[in-house]
Amino acid sequence: MEYSLLIIATPFLLFLVLGLLGMKMKPSIAGIIGTLGMSLCAIVAYTVAYQYFFQFGKVGEEWTKIIPLNFEWLRFTDKLHIDLGILLDPISVMMLVVITTVSLMVHIYSLGYMKGEKGFERYYAFLSLFSFSMLGLVVATNIFQMYIFWELVGVSSYSLIGFYYTKPSAVAASKKAFIVTRFADLGFLVGILILSFYTKTFDFELLTADHAALATTSFAGGTFLGLSIATWAMALIFMGGAGKSAMFPLHIWLPDAMEGPTPVSALIHAATMVVAGVYLVARLFPVYFFAAPDVLEMIAFVGAFTALFAAVIAITQTDIKRVLAFSTISQIAYMMVALGVSGYGDHDGLGYMASMFHLFTHAFFKALLFLGAGSVIHAVHSNEMDHMGGLHKYMKVTSITFFIACLAIAGIPPFSGFFSKDEILAAAFHHQPVIFWTLWVVAGLTAFYMFRLYFCIFWNGKREYSEHHKPHESPAPMTIPLIILAVFSVFTGFIPFSDFISSNQIPFHTHIDWTGVGALSIGVAVIGILIAFLLYFKDSRQPAKMAKALGVFYKATLHKFYMDEIWMWVTQTVIFRCICAPIKWFDRHIIDGSMDGLAWITQKSSSSIKGLQSGQVQFYAWVFIFGSIVIAALVLFL
Amino acid sequence: MFFIGIYGFITRKNMIAILISLELVLNAVEINFAVFNRYLFPGQMEGMFFTLFGIAITAAETAVALAIIINAYRVIGNIEIKNLSKMKN
Repeated sequence: MEYSLLIIATPFLLFLVLGLLGMKMKPSIAGIIGTLGMSLCAIVAYTVAYQYFFQFGKVGEEWTKIIPLNFEWLRFTDKLHIDLGILLDPISVMMLVVITTVSLMVHIYSLGYMKGEKGFERYYAFLSLFSFSMLGLVVATNIFQMYIFWELVGVSSYSLIGFYYTKPSAVAASKKAFIVTRFADLGFLVGILILSFYTKTFDFELLTADHAALATTSFAGGTFLGLSIATWAMALIFMGGAGKSAMFPLHIWLPDAMEGPTPVSALIHAATMVVAGVYLVARLFPVYFFAAPDVLEMIAFVGAFTALFAAVIAITQTDIKRVLAFSTISQIAYMMVALGVSGYGDHDGLGYMASMFHLFTHAFFKALLFLGAGSVIHAVHSNEMDHMGGLHKYMKVTSITFFIACLAIAGIPPFSGFFSKDEILAAAFHHQPVIFWTLWVVAGLTAFYMFRLYFCIFWNGKREYSEHHKPHESPAPMTIPLIILAVFSVFTGFIPFSDFISSNQIPFHTHIDWTGVGALSIGVAVIGILIAFLLYFKDSRQPAKMAKALGVFYKATLHKFYMDEIWMWVTQTVIFRCICAPIKWFDRHIIDGSMDGLAWITQKSSSSIKGLQSGQVQFYAWVFIFGSIVIAALVLFL
Repeated sequence: MFFIGIYGFITRKNMIAILISLELVLNAVEINFAVFNRYLFPGQMEGMFFTLFGIAITAAETAVALAIIINAYRVIGNIEIKNLSKMKN
């Protein structure tokens, strides 16, 4: 299956072509080249998926890891070397399908959405770069290759968020995203170094083989600050994942990242890049489970807290993209929780499977939501919910597809979100009641805020649109991806995921507990939708009254619990004032001072003796003779 | 002779006179070489050879010095030694 290299090579070539020659092309041609290239990429990815899942992947009862390509890039010691290669196993193949599909949809969609924008070809070049790095990330054979592509993803995300580089808020958002994720990646790098220092390998296959035997034995019980070194390494690696996946408290960059073009948000900040953290944990899952179970527990609690936290904030936001951003954070946290509560092997590994399942379904319906939101923004020219309402009669396709996505994310059967969410809830139920009930509440909140969004945009007919600004349905390049993604959102739930993906690669069977967890999750979703319906379907004063009644709490959630301010305070006051300022003083005064002093002494002494060099040769001769006489006298008389 | 040369080197203003004084100094040294060789180590010839070398080097040095003086004259217009300090800038 060597041709799988094409999946990575195509976007890279596209990036080079569009990046270097794009300026000379007509924008529409650049867009079409990008889209065609991406379709090729998607076709290859689907072929790979077909061949993997139905021809080569299964050996006996187990899904194998196929490595069609691997070459050594940097060698440090005999065992420790950095390779670049392609690793195909169920989760990476699944990710290939997700990424290429969503990316292709976004490419097509952008033909309509970005039409006439300045820098159209630059946009496509960066989209290709992003697709390249994301695909490289998921097929990485070793953790260092993953890290390289991880950073590439960060860079391309940075340049896409800052696409409207003349807008100060976009520039600030791109910087924020880059710095926050980079800060987290520092932890990731340190974690990689610790892990590879002890295990002497970067390779995923070696790390996870035999119940992560390598990782469990090679740390030799070392401890640091009361926690084992394995725990530290894995926690630091998780920190990298938490940064990319916007877990609390590193989530602050994601809502701001919505400054980028909406299709970019759909691709990067909803479907693909932000799940990289989940993918990372899933990739190293055996290591987490056997070598550092405490970290897994921590992941579960961080995830549960983030899910609740983000869902609460999402309720009060008024910018539709921000609602979706917080909903993304909350849903990714769901996946993290699922990994955190998962066991290993067969039915215990339900959480692992559920997490990947939710990743898969979420990618489609969240991309659909974002693209739908983009379509609305395209029609109304505003992000604020107050400027919308009653759009259903103007934009039928967008409205219906958005409705499907809302049902999917709210977890109403038979839409895809229900199945994956239900598996997560079931996994949590078997593991930890506290986490289960938290997630259950979050499920209700999710249904509520998604339908608040839906009703506010498409019903709630309070807005009168002026004649020449009448909203209109988006052009075909934008509606077709919406329809395709809607189809995905409806049907992906029926894929028997546990046959393909499981924690120990051996298929198992799941069934839905319609009377227990299933009923509970449907119930809470329906309640959430009903409340949203009552409050927002018709224009009413009820929501404002409730907001007033909640007072401080409402204000806090509207300001995202002041997390941005807290971080500002931490960086400005604590880090800049208390740490950086003394260091700066030391640098200026001690280090620079000593160097400046040296230069000053040299300069002074040279200027004071330069008068001696008068150019009068005879004066020199005098000095010379006098000097030799003095030396001769000294030699003679001493 | 050596000190006559030194005196001339320091006091003369004309560069050619200085050069001549310098030659005096060198000649004094060379005579010293020859004489001391003759009286102290009559069986050896190093001093004599050294003198011969010295004469050759002196000749070369004089040629160079005269060339410099001629160039200085072209630039400055005279051969006063104190004007040479103009070359500093």
